[in-house]
Amino acid sequence: MNEPLLSVKGLKVHFPVATGTLFGERPVVRAVDGVDFTLNAGETLGIVGESGCGKSTTGNAILGLAPVTEGEILFDGRNVAAMTGRERQALWRDLQVVFQDPVSALNPKLTIGQSIAEPLAIHGVGNRADRRKRVDELMALVGLQTGQHDRYPNELSGGQRQRVVIARALALEPRVVICDEAVSALDVSIQSQVLNLLLRLQRDLGLSYLFISHDLSVIRHIADRIAVLYLGTVVEEAPTDTLFAHRLHPYTEALLSAVPIPDPLAERNKTSRPLQGDVPNPMDMPKGCPFVTRCPLRQVGCETIRPIAVEVSPGHRLACHVREREITGTSALDTAR
Amino acid sequence: MADMQTLEVRDLDIGVGPHSVVDGVDFSIGRGEIVALVGESGSGKSLTALAIMGLLSGSVRQTGGTATLDGDLLDLGNDAAMQKLRGTSLSMIFQEPVASLNPLLSVGAQVAESLIVHGRATRRDAWTRAVEMLRDVGIPAPEQRARQLPSELSGGMCQRVMIASALIAKPRLLIADEPTTALDVTIQAQILELMRRLRDETETSVLIITHDMGVVASIADRVCVMYGGGIVEQAEVHDLFAAPRHPYTKLLLATIPRMDGPRKTELFSISGTVPDLSAWPEGCRFRTRCPLASDQCTTRPPLEPVAGGDAHASACWHSDKVEHLA
Repeated sequence: MNEPLLSVKGLKVHFPVATGTLFGERPVVRAVDGVDFTLNAGETLGIVGESGCGKSTTGNAILGLAPVTEGEILFDGRNVAAMTGRERQALWRDLQVVFQDPVSALNPKLTIGQSIAEPLAIHGVGNRADRRKRVDELMALVGLQTGQHDRYPNELSGGQRQRVVIARALALEPRVVICDEAVSALDVSIQSQVLNLLLRLQRDLGLSYLFISHDLSVIRHIADRIAVLYLGTVVEEAPTDTLFAHRLHPYTEALLSAVPIPDPLAERNKTSRPLQGDVPNPMDMPKGCPFVTRCPLRQVGCETIRPIAVEVSPGHRLACHVREREITGTSALDTAR
Repeated sequence: MADMQTLEVRDLDIGVGPHSVVDGVDFSIGRGEIVALVGESGSGKSLTALAIMGLLSGSVRQTGGTATLDGDLLDLGNDAAMQKLRGTSLSMIFQEPVASLNPLLSVGAQVAESLIVHGRATRRDAWTRAVEMLRDVGIPAPEQRARQLPSELSGGMCQRVMIASALIAKPRLLIADEPTTALDVTIQAQILELMRRLRDETETSVLIITHDMGVVASIADRVCVMYGGGIVEQAEVHDLFAAPRHPYTKLLLATIPRMDGPRKTELFSISGTVPDLSAWPEGCRFRTRCPLASDQCTTRPPLEPVAGGDAHASACWHSDKVEHLA
C-alpha cells in the first residue's frame, strides 16, 4: 500500500492565554487536541466542523502558521514541525493554500499578473519572459482572460479574485492545496463556478485537497472522505457516502440534520429537534468526551473517560463510547467500572 | 376584499447618487406571515429592508414609492416619525448580533430599553419583562444572564438577546436581515426554530432577508426573489421550489450543491457575474446572463401573475419556457 502524501498524527496546538494567575497553572486554549488523519495523492479530504472546532488551526499548523504543541505532521514522510526555514520554503513548492477572503489575500498594489508571478520570482523559477509565459498559462488554466494581466484586484469581481488566488497557489505546481473556506465568501452562483474549477484542476493536475469548510453541502460535493471535528478532535471520519448514509456519532447526526435543505417539503417534515446548548468554553473543556455537555446519548462515564477513535468498518473511524458499545458490544465505559 | 396586510410596499425606488439601486419593488406581508426576500449581494434586498425601517442615510435615498403598516402610510423620510415606530411597531435584527449590541450595557438593560425609551413601562417593570422575554427566547437562568454584558455570552445567545429586544414591545413587523448567517448551523437551527415558535405565539409578521435557499425553505411562507434591484419572482414557498417561473430563480436553485444529488460532478453555474450597478442593461436586468434572452427582453418585463397560479408572479417575457431550462 502507498504511503499517504500527508499524515497528521496526534496533533495538538495549544495557545496560552494572557490572563492567568501569577503562580497557578497558566490556562491554555486547546484549539487542536489530538487530531489524526491522512491524505492520499489525488484525493480530497473534507474537514468539517463549527467555529472553534480547530479546523483552520489544523490547516495553519500544517502550513507552519500555528505552533505545534505535540504530535507529528508528515509530508511525504518528512516531519514538517521539525523543518528549518530553508526546508520549509522548499516545502511550500509542494504545499499551498487558498483562504476564504480573496480581497485580503491579494496585494492591492500589484497587478494580478504580478501577484501570480510572485511565487515564481521568490523561488527563482525561470527568467522574466519564462515567468510571463507561465502566468499566461496559469491564467488560462483558471479561466481568466490574458487581457486581465495588468488589472488590479479592485477591478475584478469576487469570483475572479478567487481565481487569481487559485492561479497563484498553483504557480509552483504543488501536490497539496489546503482550501480553507475557499468558496464561503462567494455568492452561490459564483461558488458553483469555483467548485467546478477546483474539481477540474484536480482531475487535470492530480492535486490533493485538504478542503476545510463549515458548509456540509459543499463538502459533500467535493470530498472523497470527511473528518468531522468537534472541539479540537476528530469525532468521526468516513468515506463521504458512508458518512452521509451511516453516520454514527451523535454530533455528526446533529450537524447533518441542522443543515437546512433547499426543499420546503423535506424541511417541514423534519422530526429531529435541534441540538440544544452551546459549545463549551475551550479553556474549560470536559475531561472526557468533548461533546458530553450537549450529547443526547450521554451515559455515566462519558464525562470522565475520553473516547479513543476506533475503526468500526473499513475507513470509518468513530470516537464515541455509546455507539462503540452498540456496535462492538463493549467500550471503555465497561472496563472502567 | 382580502384581509388588511400588515405591510404593503408599493413601487419602492432607491437611488445611490445618480444610480437606481432598487427599482419598483412591490410586495406585501400578511398578519403572522413570514416572507423571505432572497437574492445575491447587490440585489438590493438589504436596502429595501432599511428603507422600510426609515434607516437609509447619506447618499442612499428613497426616490419613490410608499409603504403602509396596517393601512397607515409610513412617513419613511421623516426620522422623528419613524423613530416613534422603531422598537414599537417595527423592529429589526441584524447579521452580527455581537456588533449590534452595546458592549458596555447589560443585556437585560438593552432588552428593556425600548420599553423605557418609549415610556411604556417603569424601569422596574421593564426589567421584569426583559427577564421574562429572555426566558421566552430560551436563555437559561435569565435572572443572572440579564445582568451580564454581551461579551460574556456566545454568538447564539447574543442573537437570542437581539430577538428578545426586538420582540419585547410586541412589534407588528419584525425585519430580520441575515439573522443566522454569522452563526453555526446547530445554532442556526435553534434560532430558526425560535423564530417559528414566536411567530406562532405572537402572530408577528416577519420579513427575513437571506441569500440561503435552505433557510428560505425552512422558514418562509412566501418568497420574493430579487435580482438587480427588482423583484423578479414572487410565490408561495412550495410553488417557488417546485416550479420556479423566472430563469434566474430556476438557475439559482440549480447551482446549489444538493445533499441528495450526485457528487464530484460539474455543478450548474450561471454564466457571467452580476453587472456593476452603473452598467445594468436596458430592459430586463438579467438578460445578459439569461439563456432565454430575446429581442423582446430589451423592454423591461412587468411582474405579472403566471398562468395557473394566482399568488405566483414572474417578471419574464418567457416565463412559460422556464421549466425546460437547466
